[in-house]
Amino acid sequence: MGILKLIIRRLVLGVVTLIIVSIAVFALTNVLGDPVTRMLGRGALPDVVAARRAELGLDRPITTRYVEWVKGLVTGDYGVSYANGTPVWDVVADRINNSLFLMAMAAAISIPLSLFLGAFTALRRDGLFDRVMSNQLLVLAAMPEFVVGALLTVVLATNIWHVVPSVSRIRPGEPPWSDFDGMILPVLTLALAVTPHVGRTMRAAMIEVLESDYVEMARLKGLPERAVLWRHAFPNALGPTLQVIALNIAYLAGGVVIVESLFNFRGIGIALRDAIPEANAPVVQFIAMFIATIYVISNLFADVITIIVTPRLRTRLS
Amino acid sequence: MSEGPDDHVDVKDGGDVDDGADLTDLAVMSDLVVMHTAGADDEVVSPANPGVVRAALGLWRTRLGLALVVALVGVAVVGPWIAPYGPGEFVGTANLRDVEGASLGTDYFGQDVWSRFLYGGRSILFLASVSTLIGFVFGAAIGLVAAYDRGRLDDALMRVMDVMLAFPQLLFALVALTTVGPKSWLIIVIVGVTTIPRIARITRGATVPVVERDFIGAAEALGESRFRIVTRELLPNIIGPLLVEANLRLTYSIGIIAGLGFLGFATERNAADWGLMVQENRVALSVNPWGTALPAIAIALLTIGTGLISDGLSRTVAGIDRGRADA
Repeated sequence: MGILKLIIRRLVLGVVTLIIVSIAVFALTNVLGDPVTRMLGRGALPDVVAARRAELGLDRPITTRYVEWVKGLVTGDYGVSYANGTPVWDVVADRINNSLFLMAMAAAISIPLSLFLGAFTALRRDGLFDRVMSNQLLVLAAMPEFVVGALLTVVLATNIWHVVPSVSRIRPGEPPWSDFDGMILPVLTLALAVTPHVGRTMRAAMIEVLESDYVEMARLKGLPERAVLWRHAFPNALGPTLQVIALNIAYLAGGVVIVESLFNFRGIGIALRDAIPEANAPVVQFIAMFIATIYVISNLFADVITIIVTPRLRTRLS
Repeated sequence: MSEGPDDHVDVKDGGDVDDGADLTDLAVMSDLVVMHTAGADDEVVSPANPGVVRAALGLWRTRLGLALVVALVGVAVVGPWIAPYGPGEFVGTANLRDVEGASLGTDYFGQDVWSRFLYGGRSILFLASVSTLIGFVFGAAIGLVAAYDRGRLDDALMRVMDVMLAFPQLLFALVALTTVGPKSWLIIVIVGVTTIPRIARITRGATVPVVERDFIGAAEALGESRFRIVTRELLPNIIGPLLVEANLRLTYSIGIIAGLGFLGFATERNAADWGLMVQENRVALSVNPWGTALPAIAIALLTIGTGLISDGLSRTVAGIDRGRADA
């Protein structure tokens, strides 16, 4: 029963977090500045501004608008774009799929790779491969992803070799895999942004587990080394690493803004980037809440899976 | 779920591995790992060690990092004086590799790439340092107070910090800039404020075990004021982990601010800014790669430099570098 209680508690916590985030997002896009003034420019006549505000419904009290907005989010009515009056959902619908596919590809490559790298370097701790790899990951972890992406473009897509296209060309309404070559650099850049963090955590967790009493016990019992590693060490090291994986999936959701812009990948990141200069608050609000939701969900999953895979925690619950 | 002092994974507070031997790895990604703050079992805290910086400088990685940072800061600060042209000066046809007088060619607008590079580091460095400093001062203060309190105030402060962590820093900045536009003060405030919870958590985690040591009780018995205990007794004992974290936050602040610049939201249009330069000249990469490559390399070396310093410091704090000559 412990697990169920935990899931419910995490769900409630997630909902509370989302409510607070929604207040922050709404406040930042309404109180900090005025979208209409920013759209029309400082020199706009006051009555033009007032008319536009009334047209967008911005003349009503902010609390009313907030409640309406949240109601819309829950019921699937995400409002209309300030720029051209199309529903926000129509602006983002196929972009969401593109971005999710991009994130899924990046996660599918980087997570197994980083788990392997982390476990492998921990087993050969202080060996040549470990030292070289640790320094590589340190360097990669420090660089912002648009810099990694730009340097990858120089090396792989233009000046040194030209093996992959430097921009993605997905047409509206087509699936992201319709331009597979164009996905290579965005996926690679995102994967490289995540791998160092997960890899380094896995290495640290694995080293700790390998030095623990129960792994020594398993070895002393005479279990074959393979069983020690896979049955005892790996699952216990996975627990703490899962937390970092979850945070990195959330990070991917934020990182798509930069990476999509760099490679012109048609996703929500570009939609967000384009909405900001237009002060297109409904689009910004929706995408921000979408990314926050991914964040909360991935953390929820991480907590639950951590309990399930970590023998120590699992037994303590029951 | 109960919390035992010997849990390695503490799901309630976000799991983490606490192992003195591997503080290095954890510290470097502590923004991603929610540090394990419950319990007093953290052995990662160094004893009072005023020589952390000096000891860290004994490692090749710290020295290399420092050299990189000094070089890049030098370029950013001195650059504008030695630039052959102004940042917005028109010197020739756009996107040319070979231009008389422009050693690295012209950019998307016919401006001198080299001159704009020399001008383009100041804003990033300024914004990143100021915002990190704000986050550091407030974060350390909150962490110290929370750790010393250990009561309701602690709970309340850390809950607020947790909620603030529930949103990616870059996204927070983008949302805030939507209705205001690219304003330096706002970038400083947002990056500074979003840095606070990250530093507060680390500070609290490092301070809690110190609070329980005998000399704090002794200081209390002697009637020292709480302010004095926090600033004179606690702070000096956590300076090592704090320095590591501050450096790490600086690395990320540079990344976020350069990223905002790249998206075009950190500066006015056509300002000389390393982040923005990458964006502006990306299209002409095959004609004149320098316009993109030079600022990209500069940001890379700068963040690698601060990253190496963090790593050197954290190795020193954890005392795990066994004097290995791994040069």
